[in-house]
Amino acid sequence: MTVHSRPLDASPHVSDEVRHTTCYMCACRCGINVHLREDEAGNPKVRYIEGNRDHPVNRGVLCAKGSAGIMQHYSPARLHKPLKRVGERGEGRFEEIEWDEALELATQWLGDVRRSDPCKLAFFTGRDQSQSLTGWWAQQFGTPNFAAHGGFCSVNMAAGGIYTFGGAFWEFGSPDWDKTELFMIFGVAEDHDSNPIKLGLARLKERGVKVIGVNPIRTGYNAVADEWVGITPGTDGLFILALVHELLRAKKIDLDYLIRYTNAPWLVIDDPDAADHGLIARDKDGVPLVLDRKTGKPVSSKKKGVKPALGGTAKLPKGRRAVPVFDLLARKYLDSEYAADAVAERTGVPAEQIRRIAVELAQAAFEKEIVVEQPWTDMKGERHDKMIGRPVSFHAMRGISAHSNGFQTCRALHLLQILLGSIDCPGGFRFKPPYPRPIAAQPKPHGEYQADAPLAGPHLGFVHGPEDLLLAEDGTSPVRLDKAFSWDAPMSAHGLMHMVIANAHARDPYGIDVLFMYMANMSWNSSMNSGGVMKMLADKDEAGEYVIPKIIYADAYRSEMVAFADLVLPDTTYLERHDCISLLDRPISEPDSVADAIRWPVVDPATQADGRDVRGFQSVLLDLGGRLGLPGMTNEDGTTKYRDYADYMVNHQRKPGVGPLAGWRGGKGDKNGRGEPNPKQIEQYIANGGFFEAHVPQEARYFKHANRAWQDFATQMGLQDGPVENVFQLYLEPLRKFRLCAEGKAEPQPPDSHRERIERCFDPLPIWYEPFEGDLIDEDEFPLHALTQRPAAMYHSWGSQNAWLRQIHGTNPLFVPTEVADAAGLEDGDWALVTSHHGRIRVPIKRMGAVNPNTLWTWNAIGKRPGAWSLSADAPEAKEGFLLNHLIHELLPPKGDGLRWSNSDPITGQAAWFDLRVKIEKDPDQSDTTSHPRFEAQSGSARPVPQVVAFGEEWTK
Amino acid sequence: MTSLPPSTDKKLGLVIDLDTCVGCHACVVSCKEWNTGGYGAPLADIDPYGAEPMGAWLNRVHTYEVTPAEGPASVVHFPKSCLHCDDAPCVTVCPTGASYKRVEDGIVLVEEDLCIGCGLCAWACPYGAREMDPAENVMKKCTLCVDRIYNENIPQEDREPACVRTCPAKARHFGDLADPDSDVSRLVAERGGFDLMPEMGTKPVNQYLPPRPKTRPQASAASPAPETVEADGLLGWIDRALERLG
Repeated sequence: MTVHSRPLDASPHVSDEVRHTTCYMCACRCGINVHLREDEAGNPKVRYIEGNRDHPVNRGVLCAKGSAGIMQHYSPARLHKPLKRVGERGEGRFEEIEWDEALELATQWLGDVRRSDPCKLAFFTGRDQSQSLTGWWAQQFGTPNFAAHGGFCSVNMAAGGIYTFGGAFWEFGSPDWDKTELFMIFGVAEDHDSNPIKLGLARLKERGVKVIGVNPIRTGYNAVADEWVGITPGTDGLFILALVHELLRAKKIDLDYLIRYTNAPWLVIDDPDAADHGLIARDKDGVPLVLDRKTGKPVSSKKKGVKPALGGTAKLPKGRRAVPVFDLLARKYLDSEYAADAVAERTGVPAEQIRRIAVELAQAAFEKEIVVEQPWTDMKGERHDKMIGRPVSFHAMRGISAHSNGFQTCRALHLLQILLGSIDCPGGFRFKPPYPRPIAAQPKPHGEYQADAPLAGPHLGFVHGPEDLLLAEDGTSPVRLDKAFSWDAPMSAHGLMHMVIANAHARDPYGIDVLFMYMANMSWNSSMNSGGVMKMLADKDEAGEYVIPKIIYADAYRSEMVAFADLVLPDTTYLERHDCISLLDRPISEPDSVADAIRWPVVDPATQADGRDVRGFQSVLLDLGGRLGLPGMTNEDGTTKYRDYADYMVNHQRKPGVGPLAGWRGGKGDKNGRGEPNPKQIEQYIANGGFFEAHVPQEARYFKHANRAWQDFATQMGLQDGPVENVFQLYLEPLRKFRLCAEGKAEPQPPDSHRERIERCFDPLPIWYEPFEGDLIDEDEFPLHALTQRPAAMYHSWGSQNAWLRQIHGTNPLFVPTEVADAAGLEDGDWALVTSHHGRIRVPIKRMGAVNPNTLWTWNAIGKRPGAWSLSADAPEAKEGFLLNHLIHELLPPKGDGLRWSNSDPITGQAAWFDLRVKIEKDPDQSDTTSHPRFEAQSGSARPVPQVVAFGEEWTK
Repeated sequence: MTSLPPSTDKKLGLVIDLDTCVGCHACVVSCKEWNTGGYGAPLADIDPYGAEPMGAWLNRVHTYEVTPAEGPASVVHFPKSCLHCDDAPCVTVCPTGASYKRVEDGIVLVEEDLCIGCGLCAWACPYGAREMDPAENVMKKCTLCVDRIYNENIPQEDREPACVRTCPAKARHFGDLADPDSDVSRLVAERGGFDLMPEMGTKPVNQYLPPRPKTRPQASAASPAPETVEADGLLGWIDRALERLG
């Protein structure tokens, strides 16, 4: 007998309470609803995590990582107590100590450095979302050596955008998903921003808008794109400049936009022997000159009613000449070297595809013009009765930026956007508050230090020219350990975290005493040459002392880096902590709203495991600041100023009325943006779902770079202190200034060794040059490219400890293009040897057709050191999983001049991960079933690791 | 043997858009997360931190490479869970009556108290949509979140399957496929939704929407390329164009 309708509790109890906070399973920072329910012991336990429908970032959705947060929160790899090393570095043997001892030890080590020579502290943080605090702490400490992970992530993207137009992708701006008519996405797997891109693609699919994916690998977003451009790695700039060539040839550019918002009409001095050749011609007040079409004479670009020319020659005093930026630009990109036919072979993109995409861009921009009937006033006071949009939008991330030519490539993409008139117009790319913020509104870098004193300003910033470099007294040596803002990487706005350990080990430019890191797996997947870095961290000098004498590391989990620390400060999980997702830091605004958010302890760590005694790193940092007597963190009576991070979030003011959180300021909590601290601010955030959002007025929503209503709103909100001029820099004069020095025409002079590459790479107009590694190796020997992509279901190394996510990505084959596999005789599951100029790895392979024919690739950060992350030593991540990092050196191959250059972009210092060149062959010995290189297991936790997880068992009985 | 209802009042099911699914696994993990603390036994994971982690999942995403006759190979992400078939072979094969199809909404469920863990239903399912729980040894399958969709303890707007609620690409849709006017039925009609493996005669309720055709690299432009100029010609054109702009 069968009963087709049976009794069933269709309304079971779900949770006792729902708490709203911010996800931290990747950098996307989605709003989450954490459902809590009592466990058998009566403690609140996480029952379920879902997306917060009201949250501006994710609007209710949540990715695989976010939903797997439960397994992260209850991971057996969690640290529970401070640890002091008892074995040798790298072994991972520790004793648990109390917080008092840990903090006293840290205070002693750090205090000694601060009192003697503050540069002997290198403080670098990884995927940290509190750089506004950590940077301020380092500034108050007074070391010049601070940065976060931007240098090895996507600084080219950020710096290329900020220098060019005062914004960039992801946190700085996004496509106008509701209005765009054509969308191109370059070099993006799961890297930023995760759910908003998926939501955006959904919107485009719903509206039938074409999506073009540019990526050597056709997975994820590129798999659903309507058209795939399977480009050869490192050639995106060439492809983009070919699109520019085709658009210029077809006269499909927005002249009105160029004249109004860009430096296209500015005059460039043409006086080849002069010290200012190639600089912008300016009047006595420093205002750029333009060529007046009426009079044919150079006049101030600020002259009311001036109608500037875009071509021609202007006569300057003393018989000198100047030409508009656009004239130089048009002649440069109309050269046949940028023709589709000329670049097709090098880029791997057929010429007809390049030409057709150019036509489609032009059609979308100019034939699908969008008009928004919204009057607005520009910064010159001109009233416009509507907003005109060029509905073409772009997004790009690490695929184009993580190359040694990435800065110029990112600039090339922005050039393309600007020529089409599609920045912050309806249907184009849109700024997210507090952006736009051009370099005029950004700090310059600071590095001048002395004992027992803070730095004069923030470490990181934007140089305007050689005068802003951080050089030692000899005039050429770097001030900073990572050599940021030196001739090696003059415009390294995010520092060079990937060089810190190598430089400290080489004592070049100097040795250090304390290496202090947070959330950065530098002995494994976050470093190039991981095996080499492990040796450096454990290396001893002739006296038997560690070359890097002291290492303090803060992390929530037993990562590979923990094993190399002398002192480990255990952090909380993201559900146990306070955080602010601040407008002073990395914002989460949307184009139509200013937004920030908090995390708060939705569960108390003490209830989440026996003996759990962890503290949020930011609170610990403020405690250390008080113990060290750092300015701003210490009261007049010498006591510690901030109780914890929550106290700081509410009461710290960066300037009067402006603090880490913008919402509910003022004594009554009724002020937004600016206002005195509100003791109930965090409660009000919690009551509002963990975030704050203020809507941008309708009139201020587009053309923010030139929109008076936006400037007024931004000033009122405390995002800026007054109007900021933002002329898009198609021609980037700071680059020309560095070149003049390299040419010997201006001071200061770079070392001779640097002249050639500055000459070659620092073109003030975007260019493409061969990625360095490819240029230095024998292409016949290493004919292939090798890349990693982040899987959508696992963002970084943390994922491997996750019982659910590791069932999705427990191993990572090397995907090999079909023809390459055929030539090497490789079948699925075979073991191959992959060799670069630096090293060799042994990996399992999988054949693939949907990939650029010269590109091998694998998933990022799946491979694990045995014993790390509380996985068993024979876990597939450790046995078969592998890292490409072992093939990538932090230095470029030698080229006979005795120098080893950093494997970075010469302009920004961005780590050139994706320049890697390799060869592949079948391993003659197929009997071994492990990946190589292999490493000794690190010691694990003494705490038991569960053999079965049946999560939620207590609620299903 | 267990019988199927001759018809059901509703046919609740999913419509999955293969044109939009980016293969991110959001639905897979959200499903696991909801259901491990929900209907029936938890979805256990054996050896979760060891050499062979193995757990029960009700929904998985498979990835296939497709090589068309012309144009480059492409990748299709294919989420798969129970399709709540009208002629569900997993129900008729069940020796204890544990597997059944609900007459009110067509959802196929396992009454776990009656399940003996024989696994016949998993053999009978041509889609491989059922998984034995490795700890409890009972058969687990998609319940269409029967404990969400009618649940009065959660807001009305959340009364949809967890996988649909979370899908960041909005590639999953939930509704009554027996109602020709429902949003899901309309989507199926508009986009050419199809049965998975219709030759098996299972009459699946869940429907898939096919990927839309892609542009091939060598495709020609929809309209002729515009007239082109060289540098001096461009600058001359600009002079005239600027005059027109005023």
